[in-house]
Amino acid sequence: MTQYILRRLLALIPILLGVSILIFIVMRLIPGDPARQSLGPEATGEQVEILRKAWRLDEPLPMQYMAWLQRAVQGDLGRSTVSRVPVTHEVLSRLPATLALTVASSLVAVVFGLLFGIVSAIRHNTLVDRGTMLLSLIGICTPSFWLGLLLLLVFSVRFGWFPSAGAGGISHLVLPAVTLGVGAAAVIARVTRSSMIEVFSEDYVRTARAKGLSERMVVIRHALKNALIPILTILGLEFGGLLAGAVITETVFSYPGIGQLLIKSINNRDFPIVQGTLLLFAIQFVVINLLVDLLYARVDPRISYT
Amino acid sequence: MNATLSAPATIADATLERNERARGLWSDAGRRLRKNAFAMGGLIVLLLMVLAAIFAKWIAPADPNFQDYMSMMQGPSRAHPMGTDNFGRDILSRIIYGAQISLRLGVLGTLVGALLGSIIGAISGFYGGWIDSVLMRLLDVQLAFPGILLAIVIIAILGVGEVNVIIAIGIFSVPVFARMVRGSLLSLREQEFVLAARAIGAPSGRLIAVHLMPNALAPILVLSTIRMGTAILTAASLGFLGLGVRPPSPEWGTMLSEGRAYMQLAPHITIFPGLAILVAVVAINLFGDGLRDALDPKMKKTG
Repeated sequence: MTQYILRRLLALIPILLGVSILIFIVMRLIPGDPARQSLGPEATGEQVEILRKAWRLDEPLPMQYMAWLQRAVQGDLGRSTVSRVPVTHEVLSRLPATLALTVASSLVAVVFGLLFGIVSAIRHNTLVDRGTMLLSLIGICTPSFWLGLLLLLVFSVRFGWFPSAGAGGISHLVLPAVTLGVGAAAVIARVTRSSMIEVFSEDYVRTARAKGLSERMVVIRHALKNALIPILTILGLEFGGLLAGAVITETVFSYPGIGQLLIKSINNRDFPIVQGTLLLFAIQFVVINLLVDLLYARVDPRISYT
Repeated sequence: MNATLSAPATIADATLERNERARGLWSDAGRRLRKNAFAMGGLIVLLLMVLAAIFAKWIAPADPNFQDYMSMMQGPSRAHPMGTDNFGRDILSRIIYGAQISLRLGVLGTLVGALLGSIIGAISGFYGGWIDSVLMRLLDVQLAFPGILLAIVIIAILGVGEVNVIIAIGIFSVPVFARMVRGSLLSLREQEFVLAARAIGAPSGRLIAVHLMPNALAPILVLSTIRMGTAILTAASLGFLGLGVRPPSPEWGTMLSEGRAYMQLAPHITIFPGLAILVAVVAINLFGDGLRDALDPKMKKTG
């Protein structure tokens, strides 16, 4: 297992290198001199020239990339053109808020997804099943920003139950987490349902029922456990969607995470920050995928990693 | 997904058999589709929206950009069934005109993605080897920017505007199409009719275009339909973030973001465009699901 983890960690390197090359190219595609951008309009021509030298901007692109990567690995991604704060500082200070939101929304997604999926599978082909599936279709098709605004209107403006903006305690997290989690919950419910229905027809479920186990034990101990693999797969994919969706949700709720920072920086043309947030998003996504892969081994001992 | 053909004796036979099979497949699918009430419901709603978009000029009760300062932010009434916005513009008319933009973004964006993705997937699946490895690793890198993030990055480079949104949605849709077409071709290229075509010296390009792609058409069609819903949602999200089509364009997401500031006073400005997006995407998904079930009844219904 340790060896497998090590190998997977090594396999991350080419992907992260690819991501870094992509981000580097993207940033070079944007018109304007990176040194001038980083120093701001007040800098003198001489200062810009010094930075151009330091960043090797007069050399060919591959050399520029090497210089950029060297700095990036050391945590130096330049400074925000607006606030003049180092990019790493600005981006990392917002990471906890986004992580909290992503974790909370995946909790919403898993709990409601599993619940609705299992109920739907147990009541296969009944009105409950159809209703749940219709609900999940609507959940998948609802624009999250619209749902977020409706929740704000009802629970924050009308009833005043939750704050309408910012971050802080649990109360700040509830509405954004629900907004972000609904879509993923709907997808998980569908996958859980079809996976459970398939498992219900297996011999070992019949055996479990035949030996007189309560239906609850059959569902939880025997069926759900075996239905988990496809659910985990979709969960890994949905995590990416949750991360990306955080950009929209954070904008709706004025939630101070890296998603909101990304949109703000694009609108301000603050490209050093854009670059930093993109890098952080990509790293999070790659790491989460790795964690999901490792979880497979815990859930299904049949998967061997030798 | 993988059409299996028995070994044909000649290329003429292969073509004949393919045509017959194709006709059988499509008419069978049509019959199954017509029996599916949900799919037909989705199709009808979708057609109504397309018609409304085409004939917007005649259907819309008012000019979508006419500003009536005497009736700003009014709730739904007889004169304005969906009320008016902060400039006194008729929301129903704006939503009808907005259908033109939102549907166009969805269709063209998906088309760009399906074309590019199919080409990449076909090359990858047909040639295999190092070409396949390189293309697939490139797609892996792209997947590190999940969901709408990629579209946001592209808009950040290209700037806002309708054409750029179409390009962004197109590139954002490439990986799904590329992976699926690659999978189809990987199994198709091992079939005997491909060997036969190769034996009489058909060049690779012709082999892909004439013999392989028609067999992969059904899944491409299904995926395109379902992805069109995603495309419309993505375009609206970009509009909401201020990274899509600029105001005063009545693009649904853009309308919604404009109404956001007046949520407390006039919630209908945001509610109706969102409803339009929801209805369009649900209709497309119902039709897409039906199309999938009709074209391949064996295909499992997941996600």
